[in-house]
Amino acid sequence: MPIDHHALLPVEIVSATILLVLVVDLFLPARAKEASMWVGLVGILAALGAVVSLIGGGERTVFGGAYVVDAFTLIFQGFFLATAVAVLLISYRYLRDGGFYQGEYYFLLLTSFLGCVLMPASRNLLMLFLALELVSAPGFLMAAFRKSDIKGNEGGLKFFIIGVLSTAVMLYGMSLIYGLTSSLELHAIANGLSTLQGPHETLAKVAILFVVVGFAFKVSAVPFQFWAPDTYEGAPVPVAAFLGVASSAAGFAGLLQLMFVAFVGQASFWAPIFAVLSVLTMTLGNLVALRQRQTVRLLAYSGIAQSGYILLPFALVSADAAVNQRAFQATVSYILIYAVMNIGAFAVATAVAERRPSLQIEDFAGLARISPLLAIAMTAFMVSLAGVPPTGGFWGKLAIFAVAIERGGVGPWLAAVMVVNSVISVAYYFSIPRAMIFDEADEDEARVATPALIGVVAGLALLAVVAIFILPNAIYRLGELSALAFG
Amino acid sequence: MTETTWQQWAITITTFLPIAGAIVVLFVPKEQDRMIRGLGVVTTALAFCGAIAIAIGFDYDRSGELQFVKDVSWIPVIGARYHVGIDGISMPLFVLTFLLGLLCAIYTWRYVPPPGRTKAFVALTLLLITGMAGTFIAFDLILFFVFWELVLVPMYFLIGVWGSANRQYASIKFFLYTLFGSVFMLLGFLALYFSGPTDPVTGKHTFDLLQITTFGAGGGFTHTFQLIVFGAIALGFAVKVPMWPFHTWLPDAHTEAPTIGSVLLAGIMLKMGTYGFVRIALPVLPEGAVAYAPWIGALAAIAIVYAALACLAQKDLKRLIAFSSVGHMGFVMLGIATLTTIGIQAAIFGMVAHGVITGMLFFLVGSIYDRYHTREISEIGGGMSELMPKMAGIFAFVAIASLGLPGLAGFIGEFMSLLSSFSPAAVLNVGLYRTFMVVGGIGTILTAGYFLWMLQRVNQGEAPLKWKEHGFRDILAVEWVSWLPLLTLTLLLGIVPSIILETTKNGVDLIVHQVLG
Repeated sequence: MPIDHHALLPVEIVSATILLVLVVDLFLPARAKEASMWVGLVGILAALGAVVSLIGGGERTVFGGAYVVDAFTLIFQGFFLATAVAVLLISYRYLRDGGFYQGEYYFLLLTSFLGCVLMPASRNLLMLFLALELVSAPGFLMAAFRKSDIKGNEGGLKFFIIGVLSTAVMLYGMSLIYGLTSSLELHAIANGLSTLQGPHETLAKVAILFVVVGFAFKVSAVPFQFWAPDTYEGAPVPVAAFLGVASSAAGFAGLLQLMFVAFVGQASFWAPIFAVLSVLTMTLGNLVALRQRQTVRLLAYSGIAQSGYILLPFALVSADAAVNQRAFQATVSYILIYAVMNIGAFAVATAVAERRPSLQIEDFAGLARISPLLAIAMTAFMVSLAGVPPTGGFWGKLAIFAVAIERGGVGPWLAAVMVVNSVISVAYYFSIPRAMIFDEADEDEARVATPALIGVVAGLALLAVVAIFILPNAIYRLGELSALAFG
Repeated sequence: MTETTWQQWAITITTFLPIAGAIVVLFVPKEQDRMIRGLGVVTTALAFCGAIAIAIGFDYDRSGELQFVKDVSWIPVIGARYHVGIDGISMPLFVLTFLLGLLCAIYTWRYVPPPGRTKAFVALTLLLITGMAGTFIAFDLILFFVFWELVLVPMYFLIGVWGSANRQYASIKFFLYTLFGSVFMLLGFLALYFSGPTDPVTGKHTFDLLQITTFGAGGGFTHTFQLIVFGAIALGFAVKVPMWPFHTWLPDAHTEAPTIGSVLLAGIMLKMGTYGFVRIALPVLPEGAVAYAPWIGALAAIAIVYAALACLAQKDLKRLIAFSSVGHMGFVMLGIATLTTIGIQAAIFGMVAHGVITGMLFFLVGSIYDRYHTREISEIGGGMSELMPKMAGIFAFVAIASLGLPGLAGFIGEFMSLLSSFSPAAVLNVGLYRTFMVVGGIGTILTAGYFLWMLQRVNQGEAPLKWKEHGFRDILAVEWVSWLPLLTLTLLLGIVPSIILETTKNGVDLIVHQVLG
């Protein structure tokens, strides 16, 4: 059977770019190593073009169903590639001026993004595992990229140990599932699991839990969250952006396929577990975030809390296919909206880190005067993360509230917990705007020009946050389309 | 009847004009201070003209119906629509919003509180006006909620940046309190959406307030559902009003806010809560309303007395006025809790009167602070009528209007509210409501007490020597311009209350009919 290269084109282009970056770096003079970024950027944009060319082409299946191109795949691939563009742009000056190995960095970053791009298309356990590892493994290295910084080393090592441990557990779970259903393909697994009885059924439940562990680590859900703050803080800020936005979204993309397709028949077993996970994750993330004084750590805990919100729709899965579809839809909409505001926040943090590398919240003092545009943008991102109009974040929350209320039963209670958490989150999200706008910088600093590339990212994210607020239908429609694919 | 283009777009244009102005302001270089302030005045003036034009074009014979309607699809995936319109209940509040907005812009022409930053100040004020006005004309629950929340962020910054000493605490407290209430309200709205009517053709749910109201008033929701959801929605409104015991954000926010922030907070923003009760909570969930009404009435009666006692204990002039708002909103809520036409009429009249009078009081307190640079009553030390006779005279006039002297605007609302609690709706316990009436009556006496005592301590007596030597300028031209409309209204509404009452009557009749069937 001939391979459908058009379907694979985005993956192929990213792979070729990775190799190209590696080779180009060898020939670049030491003072021009940052040129690798531009090579990577062109490659990613080309891959984005390939994704666009696949739109409207209907469903395509490659490798006997292991790799599927449908609306879900295209939406997430487009999303990951757009995120890659943003992360590349905010990395440029940070890496160049920070004295890092640039060629290697861009090679690793793009490899991670290759994993991201593979993830939504993967519809079999092996592919999912490959994609997940492809995202994680370069991440371990990038997290420790600040070699001389002890925090960077600690964070990287923690990330690595917990990552490997959870991967091992997940792989064991996958092997059990393969043993029970003799299949790796998600739909076939769903069929196979539904026929199990007695001890085999119990074993299947254990296996599901093991598989979830691997992804729970990736999305930093409690109790697998504690690597995140240390790793984010120790890593270069753009890497933290990658971990917070792309890597966790990739985890969710895989988790969505697993839970809503392969394991949906066992929902009555695992949905309550997700309810507990979700509540614990959002509450712990928010409460600990209240005490943070370092911006990236704060964003890490905020990310944990947000993962808790995104896990909530999983807890609503039941036998009702229509509600499941809406839960799926809400999750996708939320991930997309969350990514926009989060990448914006990290972009601003990267810009501020140039002036104040320690990135304490006090370091934002007076930013409203020093760089008004960055301050306005950051305020919008924080308001949006808190989920308050006039910003896009509100619609993400609304989508989750809506499906929770619609589901009935435990849904409204979970929504109430999330509502209380959202209010708590305002207290820490607003600490940054408060510093920027209410406080003055210690010494009198002149206006600082924003680095152009970061300015572009922050500006676009700001526009997107406002545009999503005014016209949320586009994002909801994307969620709807992605959900149709599996229904 | 076919509507003209103007009728379709009038509300949209008027409501969003301030935001358009805010965007223009953002592109003016900040050195052009005068131009920024001027833009603020021009934008709010145009918007006010728009509101007046709507009020003139409004068909008062059909004041119970929605007019100037624009209803287009907005978020088709969830069925939310951009549905705006205006009826007799919304009209007075809508116009008042733009009136106060304009007066605040005029006031800003002369005075931007420290630390300056005129551009941000004007832009945020304009954004705030759009949010407040939008709340009164939105007839889709999601749209309503968006406008409702839109006021939070600008008001947070107005208090937090331009407020007085304790501003940071006050601003975040304000934000957290109101957000806490409103998110539960949002959950309530979603419950209405999913349990509410569906489109017979597509089978889709709707956020449309008119459809949900018809459905709810027709007994569409079960009793238990109504009890739970009324609680959730009422929490959001109650924090905003604020009803005792959810009021503790108010004294801080009002006291710390800059003058125009206090004016808009007291003048308009509190009414969003009471308006929500009248427009949404009551007619949509009639059984819930009947069940909760005695509790609301009781809290309202407590609020009246509690606020009066608290006012007697205040040393800070602005804080005193702030606490008086809690009491006045208590009368409004008591009127609503009777579930009668008179009561709800009283409530809406009370909202407008309170907006005019207390808005004016906050202007006055702001100007007094400008001159004395203190708000402590003991520091001011009396004798204002000697130092600034005109200011003192107006202060006395407005304070007396606020305590409810017959013939001025404050009287009608409070009197009708007490009157209605003498004979509440038939389903309610008459004895209980008469108790509320007595308690409220005692409250009016205490209210008169603290206002007169305040006047005595501020206006009368011998002025302290340091102030005499200092010397003050009496009312400035710009102050006259921004105050005269409010003073006129205070008198006019007192003498001809029918301008409000006639406008709202049909709409209120309809709501009472929807609640009691």
